[in-house]
Amino acid sequence: MSDTKATTTTDTRGFGRKFADLDKTAVAPFLALAALFLLGALVNPNFLSIDNLLNVLTRSSFIAIIAIGATFVISAGGLDLSVGSMAALVAGIMILFLNSGAIDGDMAMLAVGVLVALGVGALAGLLNGAVITIGKIEPFIVTLGTMAIFRSVTVWLADGGSIAMKSIAMRNMFRPVYTGVFLGLPFPVWLIIAVGLLGAFILYKTSFGRHVIAVGSNEDVARYSGIHVNRVRAMTYVLQGICVAIAVVVYVPRLGAATTTTGMLWELQAITAVVIGGTALRGGVGRIWGTICGAFMLEIVGNIMVLSNIVSEYLIGAVQGTIIIIAMLVQRTLQKKK
Amino acid sequence: MEENQTTSPGPLPVLEARGIAKAFGPVEVLTDISLTVMPGEVHAIIGENGAGKSTLMKLMSGHLQPTRGTVAIDGEPAHFAGPVDAEHRGLVLVHQEILLAPDLTVAQNIFMGRELKRGLMVNDREMNRQSAEAVRSLGADIDPTAQISRLSIARRQLVQIARALQVPHRVVIFDEPTASLTPFETDALLKVIRDLRDKGVAVLYISHRLPEVAAIADRITVLRDGKLIATRNASELQPVDMARLMVGRDMSKLYPEREDTTSSQTVLDVKNFDVPGYARDASFTLRKGEILGFAGLIGAGRTELFEGLVGLRTGHGEIMLNGRPVKFHTVRDSMAAGIVYLSEDRKGKGLLLAQDLRTNLTLATLEKFTRGPLIERKREDNSLDKAITDFDIRARRRDLLAGQLSGGNQQKLLLAKMMLLEPSIVIIDEPTRGIDIGTKEQIYRFISELAKAGKSVVVISSEMQELIGICHRILVMRSSRIVGEVTGEAMTEDEIVVYATGVKINEAELYSAGNA
Repeated sequence: MSDTKATTTTDTRGFGRKFADLDKTAVAPFLALAALFLLGALVNPNFLSIDNLLNVLTRSSFIAIIAIGATFVISAGGLDLSVGSMAALVAGIMILFLNSGAIDGDMAMLAVGVLVALGVGALAGLLNGAVITIGKIEPFIVTLGTMAIFRSVTVWLADGGSIAMKSIAMRNMFRPVYTGVFLGLPFPVWLIIAVGLLGAFILYKTSFGRHVIAVGSNEDVARYSGIHVNRVRAMTYVLQGICVAIAVVVYVPRLGAATTTTGMLWELQAITAVVIGGTALRGGVGRIWGTICGAFMLEIVGNIMVLSNIVSEYLIGAVQGTIIIIAMLVQRTLQKKK
Repeated sequence: MEENQTTSPGPLPVLEARGIAKAFGPVEVLTDISLTVMPGEVHAIIGENGAGKSTLMKLMSGHLQPTRGTVAIDGEPAHFAGPVDAEHRGLVLVHQEILLAPDLTVAQNIFMGRELKRGLMVNDREMNRQSAEAVRSLGADIDPTAQISRLSIARRQLVQIARALQVPHRVVIFDEPTASLTPFETDALLKVIRDLRDKGVAVLYISHRLPEVAAIADRITVLRDGKLIATRNASELQPVDMARLMVGRDMSKLYPEREDTTSSQTVLDVKNFDVPGYARDASFTLRKGEILGFAGLIGAGRTELFEGLVGLRTGHGEIMLNGRPVKFHTVRDSMAAGIVYLSEDRKGKGLLLAQDLRTNLTLATLEKFTRGPLIERKREDNSLDKAITDFDIRARRRDLLAGQLSGGNQQKLLLAKMMLLEPSIVIIDEPTRGIDIGTKEQIYRFISELAKAGKSVVVISSEMQELIGICHRILVMRSSRIVGEVTGEAMTEDEIVVYATGVKINEAELYSAGNA
């Protein structure tokens, strides 16, 4: 046991002791990220250029932000497969609203459009949460159902094609949300940091966060401790919905449209990011920064594959799939040692 | 310490422990145990909860590997690869916990993993026939095609025994087989064990029910705190001596001096309370400063009655708290009203085993440790310091996980957690299950101090001695009903057993039966 080891090495103090105490599952994702950086630099010197790295970070923002929400759902012992379809639906409704011209002034329109997106996301999450908790149905099944529903409604709204922003002026006004740079960092990167900080604050510092971990750790213990288990679980899906909406707010200005394939397979990438970030799929452990690190890793792997000519980039899905399996094996081994 | 190994001349012991020890992490739970089991003998292992009986049996049946020493069969060291390997060599363990598939039938469970076949197909008819026979030989009549989930706990236990005996066996180990059986079923089981013995099978019998041990054992080994205290011929030991050896001190000192702290003021008055499927028509009162015991067999509905009362499961009936009618829709409501319930299932419902002590301590009272949305870790830490001192929680390090604590320290942590709610009524379910004797004494003292401080305590326990030792009054439940009350001089084990098993029928029940 690490305990006995720790006591026998107390004499060395300092680093030795601290290293033995470190939770290796928490550090592993960051080591893996560092390894990927090394690999990228070896494969193509351009990889380490600031432009390339910022580009990678920016592109990872959708998955990173959605995955922060997924960290809450998964730490509470749940699962949300509907996030990709939900993103498409939220984007579709947001653009339809922007095209409606309901409010005078483009700026006001955009501001309310963002609120609409957040509202739709929160409602979609609430729907998932309510059916799961009140209906007492497995989250896997419920979100599998809503995944189909959200996707299908989007296709219907788009009439089988795409929903595009009509006003060119509004597009130009909205675009900097994706392309803009502030203090040297692209706006989406700032957004990842902001959502990450807020997520970490909620999960680690508030009683709601503590309750999320308790519910994911053991629902019975949470219930016997007087925690409103259903309320906590439902709330994690609402947070997930809001995170999806935030991601959509960055996504829409990029292309100015939502299509029937918007957000396709995002749920897999989000869950992968969460799991390789060190959050336990069975619940009870949540790692916000690990999740963000995981989202970066997914994007960097793709980037390295594009920059190198060793493996066809068509195999990117296979490589990402391999990564999640390897990550689980590593986690398992580290936990056994503990 | 009294070492008195009896010499057994003649044949070789079929199973033998040679100085075996077992440590979990740095904690040694068993130290240098040596004992023998002869063919055709019943060797009983007795000891308090937490003395190491079950661990010893798991070591001797290949479920666990000893950290030191060896287990020998027929005088040859045996290194079991696992329980299946041990079974192949004729060693069978009847587990204390029910390990059956609830959705399968009796016969399917008895033959699980060794189904009888005819050609490619399973031979259900033959398995059903043999199962019925096996169960009948245990003195029970159970339909072999019945689903396990429809059987009572006692009947499941019998099926489990039948399943174990289906394997060719030379040594059978029974781990507390009678914990959920009525005296009638116990008698039938003891007869089965005598038959086994007469056929030359060696039997290891673990129990802490001493009269039963006296009735069945040829030799008795006493364990205490993981050490072997004595091995004696059964004829040399009276139950009183067994108890003294088990506890290692005068039994009377285990319990705090009884003080009549009960006041005349009724704090809780429950009338005609039902918990569907578990408790029917329960009525009782609890007074300020009173320690009220709830006795009964496992499955009598005690736990469920109180879970229903505090809002953890559906229940209907009248609850008067300090003279006012109340309704608890969720357990939050009863907590707010000053009632706390400490689950018997500490590991499954009481504590988050994978989280640290601080998280566990403040889980039910987090709102007391927050300013705005923010948890104040400093105040949590102070509270943990206080809890560690007040409840004497012994943890090697403060950042241990709750699951790394011993059973006794887990119970103290759970007590500390629930006492943060500042309750006026404390319901403790199986307060000392799986806890060492030293901690037991501390918990009894704590309960008695609660009563002295004017709080009311309900103790639910299957340990009759413990209820008799600390309670002012004991109610007995059987088959979902409160069937009797014992107080004062009448608080004896015999009297409680009579109510718990229904051998004597309460007048009130006769009356209601007549009306039905």
